[in-house]
Amino acid sequence: MLSVLQVNGKEIDYDNAMQLDALLEFLELSNQPCAVEVNQTLVPHNERDQFTLNEGDSIEIVTLVGGG
Amino acid sequence: MTTMTTHEIPHLQLGDITLTSRLVVGTGKYSDYETMQLALDASGCNAVTVAVRRERLVDDQGRSILDFIDTDKYTILPNTAGCFTASDAIRVARLGRDILEQIDNAGSSWVKLEVLGDKTTLLPDPVGTLEACRELVEDGFSVMCYSSDDPIMATLIRDAGATCVMPAGSPIGSGRGIANPCAIRLCIDLLKKPEHGGDPTYPVIVDAGVGTPSDVTIAMELGADGVLLNTGIALAQLPIQMATAMRMACDAGYHGFHSGRIPKKLHASASSPFDGSIAGE
Repeated sequence: MLSVLQVNGKEIDYDNAMQLDALLEFLELSNQPCAVEVNQTLVPHNERDQFTLNEGDSIEIVTLVGGG
Repeated sequence: MTTMTTHEIPHLQLGDITLTSRLVVGTGKYSDYETMQLALDASGCNAVTVAVRRERLVDDQGRSILDFIDTDKYTILPNTAGCFTASDAIRVARLGRDILEQIDNAGSSWVKLEVLGDKTTLLPDPVGTLEACRELVEDGFSVMCYSSDDPIMATLIRDAGATCVMPAGSPIGSGRGIANPCAIRLCIDLLKKPEHGGDPTYPVIVDAGVGTPSDVTIAMELGADGVLLNTGIALAQLPIQMATAMRMACDAGYHGFHSGRIPKKLHASASSPFDGSIAGE
C-alpha cells in the first residue's frame, strides 16, 4: 500500500514494508552509520527491525559531519 | 624540584575517557577530507569533534567523514552545535550517541553540549545549557559543556553534573583568542582551587575563539587542562603546519604553567651582576 512519509523534511511516496529497517534499505542507507528519529523520538539502531512506521510519520535520518 | 621533558605531560582524564593530547580538534571547515586527516594527525590530538546533521549522508563523491577518521585512533566527540533549545540539544545528543554505538567508538558515552543563545554571537544560552546538562547527565552522558567565560556559570554547570566545563576564549570561529584572561582564570580558580570550593582534578578546557598558537599557549598558561579548537587550524592558509604549531603551543603552555612563572615587577631586575663591572670606573 502506498504511504506518504516525511523524510528529512521531504515528502516521499513509499510502497514497501513499513518496518523502519526496510525504509533504510529502500533509501540505500542500511550500511551507513546513521541515527533515526520518528516523530522526534529516537529509534535505537537495534530496534529498527521491530519498529513499524505509520502513514504521515516524520522521519529524520542523520549522520556525522565535520564540526567543531 | 621536579624536572620534566615534553614526554612527561600527563594524560587528561575526562570521565571514562583518557586523552593523550590536551588538544581536542574539530573536523569542520576544512577544504577537503584529506587535509583534515593530515591536520588531525599533525595536531597530535586523539579526540575530535563532529556535528550531527541530516543534510548530506555522504559527500558529492559518495564519501562519509567517517571514511577519513580512524575510529580506533580517535575518540569522537559529537556536538550539539546549531541547537538553540535544550530539547533540541538533548535530541541531537541522543542521535549522536546512537551513531557512535554502531561504530563502537568510545565517544558514545559523551557529548559536547552547546545550547546557543543567538546566531550572531553563538554565545551559549545559560538557562538552556543548564537544563540540557542536567537531563543528559541523568541519561548517562558525560557532558563536556560549552559555556561563556562567566565564572559563576562555570560552577553552576559543574554542579549540574558536567564532566568538564569548557569556557569560551572568545566567540566561536572569531579568532580573537582569549578575550578576557581574567575571566578564564577566575573560572579555573573557582572550579579547581580547594579554597574556592574547587577540585584540582576537575577538568577545564578552553573552547572557541582560538586563532593562533599563542592563544593556545595563553589558555594553557592560565591553567586550563586543554584547548578545543577548529577554525584556527581548518581555515589557516596551511592547516597542517598550523596544526603542528598548535600542538607545540599546547605543550609549551602546559609546561609554562606547571613550571611556575616569575612574578611580574614594576621595576627592572638585572640578570647580569653589577659587581665586577668595569663600566664607570
